[in-house]
Amino acid sequence: MTASSRLLLDAGSGGQASHRLVADLFLKHFDNPVLAVMDDAARLHLSGPVAMSTDGFIVDPIIFPGGNIGSLAVHGTVNDVAMLGARPRYLTAGFILEEGLDMAVLETIVAAMGQAARDAGVQIVAGDTKVAPKGALDKIFITTTGIGEILVDPAPSGHRARPGDAVLLSGTMGDHGLAILSTRQGLAFETPIVSDCASLNGLVESLITTLPDVHTLRDPTRGGLATTLNEIASQSGVVVEVEEEAIPVHPAVAAGCSFLGLDPLYLANEGKLLCIVPEADAEHALALLRAHPLGGNAARIGTIQEPQGKTRAGQVLLRTPLGGRRLLGMLEGEQLPRIC
Amino acid sequence: MERQFFDFSKAFSDPALARSLVQAIERECAEPLTFMEVCGTHTVAIFRSGIHSILPETVVHLSGPGCPVCVTHEQEVELFLQIAARPDAIVATFGDLMRVPGMQGQSLKTAQAEGARVEVVYAPFDALDLARANPDKQVVFLGVGFETTAPAIAATMQMAKAQGLGNFLVLSMHKLVPPALKALLDDDSARVDAFMLPGHVSLVLGLAPYQFIARDYGIPAVVAGFEPLDILAALLTLARQRNAIRQGAAAEIINDYPRAVSEHGNPKARAVMDEVFTVVDARWRGLGVIPQSGLAIAEAYADQDAMRVLGLTMPEPRTLPGCKCGDVLKGKIRPDQCPLFKKACTPANPVGPCMVSTEGSCAAYYKYHAEV
Repeated sequence: MTASSRLLLDAGSGGQASHRLVADLFLKHFDNPVLAVMDDAARLHLSGPVAMSTDGFIVDPIIFPGGNIGSLAVHGTVNDVAMLGARPRYLTAGFILEEGLDMAVLETIVAAMGQAARDAGVQIVAGDTKVAPKGALDKIFITTTGIGEILVDPAPSGHRARPGDAVLLSGTMGDHGLAILSTRQGLAFETPIVSDCASLNGLVESLITTLPDVHTLRDPTRGGLATTLNEIASQSGVVVEVEEEAIPVHPAVAAGCSFLGLDPLYLANEGKLLCIVPEADAEHALALLRAHPLGGNAARIGTIQEPQGKTRAGQVLLRTPLGGRRLLGMLEGEQLPRIC
Repeated sequence: MERQFFDFSKAFSDPALARSLVQAIERECAEPLTFMEVCGTHTVAIFRSGIHSILPETVVHLSGPGCPVCVTHEQEVELFLQIAARPDAIVATFGDLMRVPGMQGQSLKTAQAEGARVEVVYAPFDALDLARANPDKQVVFLGVGFETTAPAIAATMQMAKAQGLGNFLVLSMHKLVPPALKALLDDDSARVDAFMLPGHVSLVLGLAPYQFIARDYGIPAVVAGFEPLDILAALLTLARQRNAIRQGAAAEIINDYPRAVSEHGNPKARAVMDEVFTVVDARWRGLGVIPQSGLAIAEAYADQDAMRVLGLTMPEPRTLPGCKCGDVLKGKIRPDQCPLFKKACTPANPVGPCMVSTEGSCAAYYKYHAEV
């Protein structure tokens, strides 16, 4: 480690300080044979069709209940790759760091990334570090790119939802979004709200190796469940109808949202997936989800329909506990707490 | 051990009970009943719970002027923007004011993107922390809302005074619900058979300030809670009231929310409001100037009054061409009868305030109303 407890601009120079940062921090925590070679690019072994995804991570606060920006950067990209019915194999990581960043905080984040990658069975095989002058950014931005082998053909896709299919969810909605928001605002709820951030590739693999005809997999991250359902309804040209009562929401999240005037169906999730399967596979898929540690609260929440009557392709309808039906639209802007 | 919650919302949205209430409303409403819910929280509850889609056709639902964002006048938004443009100011605001457009379409959100310091707070007391942490800036809290929020903001001002915080200011654009109802009733073109009154405003006011509705206009009103069954039960009460009136009974103001609202309201909250604020005429977006319907800051708190301390003057009013928010707020038209609805005016690009606020009737109609 560098002698200073704060990150200096020197660490981005490409010289000795940069090398020390890479050797003492990144190689230590991401330790794997591909990265250890330290050539300009990583030499990978992949076979068959591949899934690739990239994502940038900016989160405030950078350490939150249930994880930090580092673990999130691994989970987020692993999950995006997994949603194509793929086995994520390798990640790259780009760091843009603010001069003066506390080195202990940086090590906590990098260590969490290493651990999250090992837990997900992926290797972080290449990376980049830049240091920007103080004030040019907020502490740390991370970009991860992931690559994995697609295990089924055809791969799950947002275009494959078909009328009659069942819509399943792997667990409770809104935990991550409310955990971030309540930490940022310093709101202490009686029951601590913890982010659900987790890698879902194990859950996906157990599902698709048993039931290869999964039509759609999607992790409802920013914009939440409502936005994800709207994307799928549009991509597939169908109507999605969901039962409000069937959608799992942790009671503490429901209470916190009610207090703040937020809707859990629009809050981000980082360890949940939406799964659309043929009706004949619905019960089996639900059982597989529930059998996995990350799918204990899995539920069937609705059905894919043909547009009929006045409903239009691309619409998401919510059946309320009272038996009423209303639109469940996409999120417009960010959710903001209300006046009264 | 994890704490277990009793989920009240489930208890107040029992489908079987809701069905029986809807059937009872249907039986009582032989003739159409046009009711107006005054409060934006009711508007959203009615749409979110799907009540609008299960009510009998004889029950016509109108949204009133009770969304604090919707009635915030574009001149007032201009004032917010003027304050945000000052390099010596930090604007502290509730979140739902962020996207309200001013006269040229700018908002606090666009001001923030241009470098203004705008902080969303969850409670007025949070703005005191901001003031303490930024002694070289004037922290200006945007005081928007009804009798619901005014007491907490008044209490915050009392606390700032007690603590001698010299850089905490409030721009008071508070509005009062009963005078707006009177203005609505005096407008001959607005036809409402009955009112659903806001539970939280009534929690402060009690029933007395509403009695004129029944006494002077012969129109019944019911104070209702915000859960789906609260709303359906209140509608049944209104339907029964109207049938009783038809048979010669006098119109009444009924408290259907006794678990929260007492007849005399909350005298302590009113006392705090009375100490800090003084009642003045106010301009409501869409409704115009309503006498004695606003709260300005009292003389004793002049050193916390952003208008006086920052030397602000209210800009000249201009109207938004084509925007029918005023007619929507008066219940004259449904949101989808406005020529701009879903065309020039959408949540992504709101022309009028009824579309920008999550509690606005146009936004609720756009967001939740499905023709199914």
